[in-house]
Amino acid sequence: MADVAVRLVQLTKRFGGDATGRRVAQYVEGANPSSGFLAVDHIDLEVNDGEFFSLLGPSGCGKTTTLRMIGGFEQPTEGRIELQGVDVTWLPPYRRNVNTVFQNYALFPHLTVYENVAFGLRRRKVADSEIRKRVLEMLELVELPGYERRKPSQISGGQAQRVALARALINRPAVLLLDEPLGALDLKLRKQMQVELKRIQKEVGITFIYVTHDQEEAMTMSDRIAVMNRGRYEQLGDPEALYERPETRFVAGFLGVSNLLPATAAESLNGHAAFRLSDGSTVRVPAGLIETGRNAVSLGVRPEKIRLIEVDKEVPAGMNRAAGTIVDASYLGVSTQYIVALRDGSRVTVYEQNVERATKAELWARGEEVVMAWSPDHCFVVEEENGATEPSVDESVAVA
Amino acid sequence: MTAVAATAAKAPALSVSVRRLLDRYVLRLYVILAVAYLMLPIVVIALFSVNDPIGRSNFAWRAFTLDHWLSPFGVPGLFDAVATSLRVAFLSTLIATTLGTLIALALVRYQFRGAGSANLLIFLPMATPEIVLGASLLTMFVSIGEPPFFPLSEFTILIAHIMFNISFVVVTVRARLAGLDRNLEEAAMDLGANEWTTFWKVTFPLILPGIVAAALLAFSLSIDDFVITNFTAGRTVTFPMFIWGSYRIGIPPQVNVIGTLIFLIAVGLVALSVVFQRRSARA
Repeated sequence: MADVAVRLVQLTKRFGGDATGRRVAQYVEGANPSSGFLAVDHIDLEVNDGEFFSLLGPSGCGKTTTLRMIGGFEQPTEGRIELQGVDVTWLPPYRRNVNTVFQNYALFPHLTVYENVAFGLRRRKVADSEIRKRVLEMLELVELPGYERRKPSQISGGQAQRVALARALINRPAVLLLDEPLGALDLKLRKQMQVELKRIQKEVGITFIYVTHDQEEAMTMSDRIAVMNRGRYEQLGDPEALYERPETRFVAGFLGVSNLLPATAAESLNGHAAFRLSDGSTVRVPAGLIETGRNAVSLGVRPEKIRLIEVDKEVPAGMNRAAGTIVDASYLGVSTQYIVALRDGSRVTVYEQNVERATKAELWARGEEVVMAWSPDHCFVVEEENGATEPSVDESVAVA
Repeated sequence: MTAVAATAAKAPALSVSVRRLLDRYVLRLYVILAVAYLMLPIVVIALFSVNDPIGRSNFAWRAFTLDHWLSPFGVPGLFDAVATSLRVAFLSTLIATTLGTLIALALVRYQFRGAGSANLLIFLPMATPEIVLGASLLTMFVSIGEPPFFPLSEFTILIAHIMFNISFVVVTVRARLAGLDRNLEEAAMDLGANEWTTFWKVTFPLILPGIVAAALLAFSLSIDDFVITNFTAGRTVTFPMFIWGSYRIGIPPQVNVIGTLIFLIAVGLVALSVVFQRRSARA
């Protein structure tokens, strides 16, 4: 068991009707700016030493507020923050062994790159020769040697991002907090920096807590992810667990695309746990998914797990099957996205790699009857739809 | 369609060359005229500082002389008036800039009861006509001025100048502070700087241009203020009051000398700040 770097105990932040509250409220669904609202709602969380940990969620889910409380910029309404076993809840930012990479980098515009990076060491009265050595080392690490004398206005966004990272890492903090640090970069640079960040994290071995609304970004870099929604996290796990076995409707919809079909518990099918879909067909699921007292659920399966088979062909043994009609096909290059209508009209999305059917003429055509087949192991179960709003993934980056 | 395009091709070429002509000459001429309009009064002041008038009236050109430049304070009372003005301007600038900067910091950075009304009240001295402000101040100083308190003096001028200068300083510094990214101060604290160090290493250097601008504004407002000063001066005479006083019997050319000097010093300071800014931008 690894050591715990950060422990949050019942951490809660309620914003009042003050200026900060009003600013945050505009990103929070249903929040009333004048009466206050819960931005972070009794979170318990442990982040392990040396881990790349992500807080993932839409704008207004409380992820940035959580990060700012760990950094010491917001004071919690309730609860406790421990850093390497020490309670730091009420310590100011400058007495905590954490550093932050801000969303807009927050480089000091009046100082050179060198002085920006040296800022933390100067506060600790480190000797000049030592500062020089470590600053140059750091700029080497973030691949910006030779930029010491530039001002922040004279470097690009991607370079500013690296300087911000160097400025934080040079202090060798116990934990590095990153608040959507790649949000302002273009897609190509962002992808490149994702790989870079992971490399740097491995190299320095410091715990990273990374806030993002971009599920792909979180999946690429993180050891573990907490998916946050409405001030709490809905599920915590490694990227694979979150993707393959989402536990809530929100997680299933926020990470990737999911087909969620209303289903009811059915008689066991040849001794296996089973659900009945709305179109009447019965599907097998792993035994662990049947919970007592939960009859009506949504059955989930990822689009790329489903294979499309001609109606007259055999479905491989042990696979679930459901018949339908192709209603739409979009060629995406790598794959083709099909929308299949079940007999009762509900729609299922299917991704098929363009391997066996690579040319346009070979693709499934609209109106064609097909059979969908998928392994019971690829099923997951979340709560049934109850009119709760779906998370929107593409909300603008904001305070969150 | 092609025929139209062919004839149209000539027309843009012509209009482009006309535009270029406009850009090169008309705009330039306009700028020269505008600057000349602004500069003419100052040229007249400088010109008559080297005039050798007959008697006390310095309104008609007669002959060139450097006498007044060699004895700029050769008129009784002028030196004291200029010295008083400079003292009041320096002190009121210093005090108003300090207090105004602190007020601006409080108004932008903190929420407190009455912040809204303070924000509004700060505008009042700027919005109130000077004549009203001066008269009110006179009433106040006189009503509480029974000996030994507040006799009208250089001190009451100073109080009045600090009062109206604070408003201008607050407004100028507040604009600079509002544009300052809050994250910068958080970043400094994050990197181990306490509140004091954060202020001096990050906040202050970043709002310094605003503070300097505010101080320059305050100084120039103070040194040429006449209306409010006249009400609150008592028997003290400042430079503008000296000019007003001598106007009835003819303004001595030395006043032109001092005026030209103030202008030259101001231009020198601006030039210096431009050079300084260029150098720091290059570094």
